[in-house]
Amino acid sequence: MDILATGHVQILGPAPLVQKEQQIPLYTARVPAGFPSPADDHLDRPLDLHEYLISNEAATFMVRVSGDSMSGAGILDGDILVVDRSLSPRTGHIVVAVLDGELTVKRLTRRGEQWRLEAAHDGYPPLTVRPEQEFLVWGVVAGVVRRL
Amino acid sequence: MSSTQTFFPSNAPRGMVYALVDCNNFYVSCERVFAPRLQGRPVVVLSNNDGCIIARSEEAKTLGIAMGEPFHKREPFLRREGVNVFSSNYPLYGDMSARVMEALSRFTPHQEIYSIDECFLGFVPAPDADLLCTARHIRETVRQWTGIPVSVGLAPTKTLAKIANRCAKKDPASKNVCLLGDTTTIKQTLARTDVEDIWGIGRRYARFLHTRGVDTGLDLVRMPRDWVRNHLTVVGLQTVLELDRQPCFVLETTPAPAKSIVCSRSFGRRIRDKQALGEALARHIQRAAERLRAKGLLAHTVRVALETNRFQPGPQYAARRCQTLFHPTDATPALHKAAQGLLDILYRSGFAYQKIGVTLLELVPHNHRQASLFPPAAAETGRQRDLMRTVDHLNTVYGRDTVTWAASGLGPQQWHMRQNHVSPRYTTAWDELPCVG
Repeated sequence: MDILATGHVQILGPAPLVQKEQQIPLYTARVPAGFPSPADDHLDRPLDLHEYLISNEAATFMVRVSGDSMSGAGILDGDILVVDRSLSPRTGHIVVAVLDGELTVKRLTRRGEQWRLEAAHDGYPPLTVRPEQEFLVWGVVAGVVRRL
Repeated sequence: MSSTQTFFPSNAPRGMVYALVDCNNFYVSCERVFAPRLQGRPVVVLSNNDGCIIARSEEAKTLGIAMGEPFHKREPFLRREGVNVFSSNYPLYGDMSARVMEALSRFTPHQEIYSIDECFLGFVPAPDADLLCTARHIRETVRQWTGIPVSVGLAPTKTLAKIANRCAKKDPASKNVCLLGDTTTIKQTLARTDVEDIWGIGRRYARFLHTRGVDTGLDLVRMPRDWVRNHLTVVGLQTVLELDRQPCFVLETTPAPAKSIVCSRSFGRRIRDKQALGEALARHIQRAAERLRAKGLLAHTVRVALETNRFQPGPQYAARRCQTLFHPTDATPALHKAAQGLLDILYRSGFAYQKIGVTLLELVPHNHRQASLFPPAAAETGRQRDLMRTVDHLNTVYGRDTVTWAASGLGPQQWHMRQNHVSPRYTTAWDELPCVG
């Protein structure tokens, strides 16, 4: 997100259109005659967004954002969040939480003994979790995906 | 005890500890992960076509809802009691199962995926306290990563691990973890276990055993081995040895190659018309051929089965027939042609059909095509291959049935499966992701 904020972009390289399993380049011996490619000894795998965004596949889920309560944190209506359930939630993390049976995305904070869920938008006051409320952290948000 | 040694398999790994990890009310738990409001409420999941109740939450069990009850009979009761009803959502359950199995694979290299919601793990022997600690860690990890609660049963054999898992599920004090280690605990547990609930005994043998006064696992272990072998076959004897802490069943870590591929499904409502049957059959062939190609196999024989609903009044008919192909193939058109030929032979007018199914048999690996006196033209096979590969690719990338065969029918199909209560494919479809506010 920092890159976008400062207005500069950095070209990283091509990404594959279709990601199916891990692709291992094996084309060295494809052309029996002719000149060997000077790049043959320097083959890299194409950049893989899946690999970039996901570190624990079994524990990672995608969810869709509805509403603008987190717009201040760069999370917009319609965005896809990459949620890693294997990460331990800490204060300051943006999390998907269950509050009274509903899924919500907010920043997890704490005041004394009380957990709070803070929106990143002026229109939404922070929610203090009352002891009688059913509350648990569903997963920690590890990334945002948005197509323009 | 005389024949014990004879049947003891020499290659059985001695001294391994087996864990059976079983997901609690798996289908219900999958639904709850993405709809947390269902926590603590009664939930049931129905079989294909919304036929029977095949999964129940604890709350639903408490209401007296039994496994396998027909949905239509229970519908008014379920509505009255406010039970949440779901059609089965196999794309979701399959994905969640893969996640659970992946999480479990982190704990040991010895893993046998036994079913969609059960997995055997093998561990080197360790003190009881350490084993229990590992089991709790497994439970917590799977719960955190996937949201699915599991029960873990530990024991020196797979059959005992199954029983340990049952205890872990039934006894609230166990907190879903149970170890059957020492002889005394095993004996006490077997004395409380009905023979019917022992893995590998089955209802028929259990009935027979009850007539002979063999009611519990402990009764069974105390029977002479010769008697067991004579009445329950060698598999029964192995089961008894396993109850006696002698491992006979090893972990099957590599799945056996598929022997057949089956695509079969009941219709949403009865079908009389041959064309509609043909369309359903074409759809089944399409799915079966996709799976065949994904496994890199060729089929030599096609079988079609057709049946009416024997639980409904009216004239009944059921028939099946095979055709062996000249060359083994994985091409949809060739398989389709054979299947339609079989349907022509099998079809009788005047019946209300409930189900049509196709089975691909005599599967051989694609690269092991047998030398033939009359091999199919190489160019033709190559083009066929390219076409199939392209179709499969498009359907993988752009979604199921992007490219389909006109024979499967276009537009809404009257034979489609009934799925009135299906939840979104939360984990496998971009436009069905769970929403967070």
